[in-house]
Amino acid sequence: MTSNWDLITSSLGPIISGAITGTIPLTLASFVLGLFLALVMALMRISTNKVLSTIARLYISVIRGTPLLVQLFVIFYGLPSIGVKLDPWPSAIIAFSLNVGGYAAEVIRAAILSVPKGQWEAAHMIGMPHVQSLVRIILPQAARVSVPPLSNTFISLVKDTSLASLILVTELFRQAQQVAAFSQEFMILYLEAAVVYWVICLVLSSAQSLLEKRLDRYVAH
Amino acid sequence: MLPTNNDAAPVLSVRGLKKSFGSNTVLNGIDLDVPRGKVVALIGPSGSGKTTVLRSLNGLETPDGGTVTVGEVSLDFGGSVTKKQLATLSNRSAMVFQQYNLFPHMSVLQNVIEGPLKVQRRPRAEVIAEAEKLLDRVGLLEKRDAFPFELSGGQQQRVGIVRALALKPQLLLFDEPTSALDPELVGDVLAVIKELADEGWTMVVVTHELVFARQTADEVIFMDGGVVVERGPAQEILRAPKMPRTQLFVQRLLHDI
Ligand SMILES: Nc1ncnc2c1ncn2[C@@H]1O[C@H](COP(=O)(O)OP(=O)(O)OP(=O)(O)O)[C@@H](O)[C@H]1O
Ligand SMILES: [Mg+2]
Repeated sequence: MTSNWDLITSSLGPIISGAITGTIPLTLASFVLGLFLALVMALMRISTNKVLSTIARLYISVIRGTPLLVQLFVIFYGLPSIGVKLDPWPSAIIAFSLNVGGYAAEVIRAAILSVPKGQWEAAHMIGMPHVQSLVRIILPQAARVSVPPLSNTFISLVKDTSLASLILVTELFRQAQQVAAFSQEFMILYLEAAVVYWVICLVLSSAQSLLEKRLDRYVAH
Repeated sequence: MLPTNNDAAPVLSVRGLKKSFGSNTVLNGIDLDVPRGKVVALIGPSGSGKTTVLRSLNGLETPDGGTVTVGEVSLDFGGSVTKKQLATLSNRSAMVFQQYNLFPHMSVLQNVIEGPLKVQRRPRAEVIAEAEKLLDRVGLLEKRDAFPFELSGGQQQRVGIVRALALKPQLLLFDEPTSALDPELVGDVLAVIKELADEGWTMVVVTHELVFARQTADEVIFMDGGVVVERGPAQEILRAPKMPRTQLFVQRLLHDI
């Protein structure tokens, strides 16, 4: 019992450091890049330009229709065979960004389309060109409706980054695996990793409610 | 406060305005003149094209043909028209919408100053001072920091009017400004519009409020099926219309009241 407890406390260091230096930065970088990509894809998808909207539709379909693990492996293990050799970190960030880009694009598209047409018209009425209307009038309103689904994407991403352990990124789960392999205490270490993921997601969920409250301040309840 | 200009020329002049949606011809050659400081009321049954006329003047709809002149800007929709030309035309007028269309994520003051500040890029202090003066006029200065959802429909529409005024347009366009309001809130909004008319603003008002039209409008235009059926001084058209279609429409509306 004491030795189990010792194992838990001594492994907590590497696991948390894996979270801080691996899981969290990997999640943040991928999410930010992915959101940017998603916004571009959403706008292309909405656009009346057939070529742009077809490219976006295809991209979204491929990302959503293939496993994340396969996407990750194609980039890290597949690309070198055509001469593109990437390190684990860039591979992971690219794979996760592309993945978020596909899922969040649909969320952002739906959110933009949910803003009433009258808002575009009022924006044009006061003289705003299209892009300014989008940035100042439409996107702030779309942001409010997309926070709950995007928070879900974000929380999924935190957990999905554990897949990066399979391409040797030193993150939370890989740290747990290494201690487990060394100590042969798989149950304890993997449960410990699970608890740390869970705590991170709990914190994120409460951050999500705070953000939703803040964005809700201008609508009737 | 009113933009001044050469008094003789009409502020708004429309010739042969045409618009179709697919095979549905909605405007089939509309002529319209509004001299400076005059008010024209546009009446007609649902689907007759009243809203489409206003939207064509404000760049929200691109007509298929005809010319539109607002102030010094004239566009011939028979030829090709660039986005920039369309913007120059629509910036001469400002519209008040049936459903207000205030920006829900902005306070009352932000709604009003957004155009002058972010589009016209006028100095902030000046824009705010003007906005406050306008809000005070319609009795809403103490609501300057409220969000639209905190206001009644009548208050929202008065903000909508102030938002239009703050743009300093040469022409004001109202599309059934009171038809989304509860009956007890209609009076306040109509009173504001009447005041603006008395003050000398040039405007086109689409309305079903015939009493208001009689009191406020200089000319009434009755539209049906995308054409002007009858036009004339408000008193004449509303008291003794000549055309049978106008008679029927006016009678029905007056009976509803
Ligand atoms: N964007 C559009 N696409 C297709 N048809 C349209 C569009 N806008 C208007 N119409 C059609 O044009 C006709 C005239 O519409 P409009 O809104 O101008 O009428 P209105 O006189 O304002 O009617 P109401 O009193 O009901 O507001 C209608 O038949 C309408 O269905
Ligand atoms: Mg209408």
